[in-house]
Amino acid sequence: MDKTNIVARTGNEAMAEAMRQINPDVVAAYPITPATEVVQIFAGYVADGLVKTEFVPVESEHSAMSACIGSAAAGGRTMTGTSSQGLALMAEMLYIAAGLRLPIVMADVNRALSSPINIHCDHSDTMMVKESGWIQIFSENCQEAYDNMLQAIRIAEKAKLPVMVTTDGFIISHGMERLEILSDADAKAFVGEYKPEYYLLNFEKPITVGALDLTDYYFEHKRQQIEAIKDSKQIILDVAGEFGAKFGREYGLFEKYKMDGAEIVIVAMGSTAGTAKVVVDGLRSKGVKAGLVKPRIFRPFPKEELAESLKGMKAIAVMDRSDSMNAQEGPLALEIKAALYDAPAGSCRTVLSYIYGLGGREIKLEDIELVYNDLSEASKGKAKPKVSYLGVRE
Amino acid sequence: MANLKDLSKQKALFTGGHRGCAGCGAAIVARQVLMAAGPNTVVANATGCLEVVSTIFPYTAWNIPFVHSAFENAAASISGVEALHKSWVRQGKYDKKVNFIAFGGDGGTYDIGLQSLSGAMERGHNILYVCYNNEAYMNTGVQRSGATPKGADTTTAPVGKIKKGKEQFRKDLTEIMAAHRIPYVAQSVVGNWRDLTSKVEKALAIEGPKFINVFQPCRLGWAYDPEMTCEIGRLSVETCVWPLYEVLNGQYKVTKPKEKKPVVEWIKLQGRFRHLLKPENKPLLDDIQAATDKNWEDLLRKESLTPQVKTPELKPS
Ligand SMILES: Cc1ncc(C[n+]2csc(CCOP(=O)(O)OP(=O)(O)O)c2C)c(N)n1
Ligand code: SF4
Ligand SMILES: [Mg+2]
Repeated sequence: MDKTNIVARTGNEAMAEAMRQINPDVVAAYPITPATEVVQIFAGYVADGLVKTEFVPVESEHSAMSACIGSAAAGGRTMTGTSSQGLALMAEMLYIAAGLRLPIVMADVNRALSSPINIHCDHSDTMMVKESGWIQIFSENCQEAYDNMLQAIRIAEKAKLPVMVTTDGFIISHGMERLEILSDADAKAFVGEYKPEYYLLNFEKPITVGALDLTDYYFEHKRQQIEAIKDSKQIILDVAGEFGAKFGREYGLFEKYKMDGAEIVIVAMGSTAGTAKVVVDGLRSKGVKAGLVKPRIFRPFPKEELAESLKGMKAIAVMDRSDSMNAQEGPLALEIKAALYDAPAGSCRTVLSYIYGLGGREIKLEDIELVYNDLSEASKGKAKPKVSYLGVRE
Repeated sequence: MANLKDLSKQKALFTGGHRGCAGCGAAIVARQVLMAAGPNTVVANATGCLEVVSTIFPYTAWNIPFVHSAFENAAASISGVEALHKSWVRQGKYDKKVNFIAFGGDGGTYDIGLQSLSGAMERGHNILYVCYNNEAYMNTGVQRSGATPKGADTTTAPVGKIKKGKEQFRKDLTEIMAAHRIPYVAQSVVGNWRDLTSKVEKALAIEGPKFINVFQPCRLGWAYDPEMTCEIGRLSVETCVWPLYEVLNGQYKVTKPKEKKPVVEWIKLQGRFRHLLKPENKPLLDDIQAATDKNWEDLLRKESLTPQVKTPELKPS
């Protein structure tokens, strides 16, 4: 491994830097706050000849994903970036990209969905497309965003599935942090060359992509896709293992923070996990047996592994930065509960659900302390609301 | 330019055995366009009759690389394929010359795909977009589109006790494309293979974005007997309902019919206009004839205005 370069970068700069090193064949993208910078910086790389990428400045996100699908089906390493309304506009094409098994990689900067219109962070955009067949990787900070982008290329091409790497809008995307950048040579060697098996530009073997699949074949093809997303779990672990061995930063399906001996635990994704770590440290120094589980991979959902890591807990709080609008709770809480339901008997049944941070509402240390406090009381048998809305005026 | 005998001996790049209706004009468009384009062609197709009848898994009628992803995005899709080609050629990874052709129905082109088409044309990709224009959403059961002519009976603008079919005139997409100032825009028709294949050849010899709007009789939606497809196509030209013309680097060139026939000659062959032949609907018929005449005169005026203008040779972008 070469010497790494330690710099100060925002999340958007970190993701654009990873894209420069990946040097994809085609990038097709459309601007939207707070993801705009990723492609804007990248367009600068194209203009300066720092990459060999063909940049397609499309007229909408729908066309961005459509052009990405064209490029990826034609055999190219293909990337894009978007956020919120852009992701929503792409939704139709996201399902198609996954169904066609195309390894497109996207920087997805989380922003609340309209309406009301808002530009700040929550996870409603990513959650809206959680059933689209894309692998979804959440990042806690700039470093993870950068590392996840490099790994995403490898995962996508091996799994033959598209991958979105998320950051929290503004909090990570515009927050300046310490970033360790790999040498270009190391990054290039890690991502390697892409050799598609079947592709449009191969005239030796002409293929029809996107055929009409009726009652006699659709199910079999979907069944294969279901298997592919299941199999991607191991691919994600393998790629993370190789990344860790080479560059010393360890990744898995999720991160366990101070879970040894923990009795009460918060499950949270993205930058909030970083805030929660500070709270956990404080509580631990006071003898409170607090821990944190931070899912990194939301799709495929690491059900058994998460349930295993939550074994023996006295109370669990799941923090969702979006609501499911199903008169129940957030998407992460629902999935965690489903995982616990199928876990061996005796797993924790005290699960509190917290909806927080919608539209960029700040989540402070005190808010998280409050959650751990609820957990302490709940673990001692005190009744607590099943769903709470943290930091909202009502 | 190949003659009919040569063309008939070529390996079919769009094969028979697809599930199109007997006498389907869309299949004729695909077949003749590919005859002119040859095997080094990638096709992107919008959802619609052509895609549905030609790619029912595990079969395909396409003997060349083909991609379909959705309804409104054939232009964006082909622009992605073309972008990759450009990228690979620049990187020295690929050297084959390739034609990039998108096919979209009138619904996928005039309506839901107009934004995608406009964007791709403005960006200057080296692509040919072929609209096979059967003047309605046929695949979903003959609904009106922006290309449906006034007075036509469709399932979403039906003829009823008080309504007489579509109330609006169709929009002029060919002129919208010409307004993009792309190097080549043309109208062609099913029923004149020479016109279509030569326009495709001409278009593909030009670098940059090209657009051909091919008028395509549809036996189901237009309600006529299947053997009439080509004849109705030719009549649409002879009545000036669908003039054959091209706009090459801004210069109009119109192929004039020997004798301009009344529109009713064309209308009376089609079930979708049956109600127009009733005496009480004569004013509507007159209206349609008047609009056809005006469009024709406008077109001739454009032609007469442009030859003198020496437009600079457009460079591919
Ligand atoms: C986003 C979306 N909206 C609607 C449809 C349904 N749909 C499929 S094909 C079609 C009409 C196609 O009409 P046209 O483009 O004229 O092609 P044709 O079938 O006439 O050849 C419609 C409405 C769809 N597939 N996708
Ligand atoms: S409905 Fe019309 S366009 Fe569709 S297959 Fe039949 S003839 Fe062809
Ligand atoms: Mg149509």
